[in-house]
Amino acid sequence: MNKSEITLNVNSEERSVYVRHSDTLLYVLREELGLTGAKPGCLNGDCGACTVDVDGQAMKSCLMLAIEAVGKKITTVEGLQNIPLKTAFIKKFAFQCGYCTPGFLMNSNSLINNYPQADDIQIKDCLESNICRCTGYKEIEEAVKSVLADGSTGNGNY
Amino acid sequence: MISYDFEYFKPSSIDKAISLFQSLDQQGKEPIYFSGGTEIITLGRVNKIKTGAVIDIKEIPECLVLKRESNKLTFGAAQTLNRIRESQYFRFLNKAIGEIADHTARNKITLGGNMCANIIYRETILPLLLTDSQVIIAGPGGLKQLPLNEVFDQTLRLQRGELLIQIMIEEKESELPFLCIKKRRQWDVGYPLMTIAALKKDQQIRFAFSGLCSYPFRNEKMDGSLNNQALPKEARIEEAMRQIPAPVLKDVHGSEDYRRFVFKNTLLDVLDTIGGTEIE
Ligand SMILES: Cc1cc2nc3c(=O)[nH]c(=O)nc-3n(C[C@H](O)[C@H](O)[C@H](O)COP(=O)(O)OP(=O)(O)OC[C@H]3O[C@@H](n4cnc5c(N)ncnc54)[C@H](O)[C@@H]3O)c2cc1C
Ligand code: FES
Ligand code: FES
Repeated sequence: MNKSEITLNVNSEERSVYVRHSDTLLYVLREELGLTGAKPGCLNGDCGACTVDVDGQAMKSCLMLAIEAVGKKITTVEGLQNIPLKTAFIKKFAFQCGYCTPGFLMNSNSLINNYPQADDIQIKDCLESNICRCTGYKEIEEAVKSVLADGSTGNGNY
Repeated sequence: MISYDFEYFKPSSIDKAISLFQSLDQQGKEPIYFSGGTEIITLGRVNKIKTGAVIDIKEIPECLVLKRESNKLTFGAAQTLNRIRESQYFRFLNKAIGEIADHTARNKITLGGNMCANIIYRETILPLLLTDSQVIIAGPGGLKQLPLNEVFDQTLRLQRGELLIQIMIEEKESELPFLCIKKRRQWDVGYPLMTIAALKKDQQIRFAFSGLCSYPFRNEKMDGSLNNQALPKEARIEEAMRQIPAPVLKDVHGSEDYRRFVFKNTLLDVLDTIGGTEIE
């Protein structure tokens, strides 16, 4: 097994790590860097549980190689500190088992940052990228809309 | 997790990519170009794509072009579906893009990757086939520009080691009335049943289909039948259905009969609506 050293900028920290070139970003974040916030679900790009932020865009980390992320700024749910979105998720009961929550938070954070004036169509278009097995969609949508209505921004490496 | 190892290269020019491919090929590494990588990673995970080396094309400037200039639209093959959609240059293509996968995945999926993918749907092909777009292809002999309709037959007919660089269309083609309808068995997202795209030019409607057979296509005979004003619409559709050039798909998304049923009714909707204005 050939491994080589790469440096990833994760949550504003430079992290050196040995990877196989075929390792996905999801695998490296969880298994090599101990950042278990991004969740493995389908591993096929369908569920969004593994969503992180790469250079300001929501990204399914099971669809990206770790080596592709060299030179980019990666934010995982561990890097989202004290943001109104998290409070809104709590206030609106926007989770049940919580497995999909990190993915929804990352995707919603990117939505709020990139489309602060998002209308219902844009919100639906973005949120459709994630699946919630407990089907808490309405509450998640309400949480996101409440933050957009407040005009508060998310955070991450922007 | 992909169970096998491969080498990863990220050349910064077309020449470097082409020569890298050749040398890796000579070493028996079975190299493949890597654009968004979404298909390579997902099929690689289940061992349906195997390779000893991937050549990432996202640092080649020509593959990232996105411009409207001299009445032409140019799309670099490594541009993501979301960037292309946000450029708002080509509404017909945007409509097809908006139905592919989901917003987050479209931050990664690229136009060239979708056109060259193994997946049967490849819906970005439909508007490009209907608007007589051109493709720029690089190979060991240099660059060539060809009509997509000439090089696309079930798949994009690339020679070994050739790389799709850009897709170009005349701006006036992008302004023609169109319709693009995607049918799924259930919900608004998820894998498609079929997509029917139509474009009206010179009082004729051109059609292209994805998900009906095992590859996307445009067919002149079917166009002829569907435009035959001497027949009522239902009869035109019956005639067109007799000309479908390959077996109709049957899979988990729908049986052959179900696909034929949906195809017929959707075509009727298309004929009813595209007579007039552009619809999105
Ligand atoms: C959640 C999800 C839902 C999806 N839903 C749909 C859908 O509804 N409709 C649909 O059409 N697709 C769908 N797909 C499939 C998706 O379209 C493909 O994974 C995608 O098109 C591949 O694009 P890519 O840029 O990631 O290509 P890559 O994975 O990089 O490449 C795909 C293939 O094309 C070759 N290739 C790439 N670029 C070039 C080039 N410039 N020149 C020569 N060869 C090249 C590669 O070698 C490889 O064989 C879905 C995928 C996911 C993850
Ligand atoms: S685990 Fe990545 S999308 Fe499901
Ligand atoms: S809260 Fe359980 S999967 Fe969404």
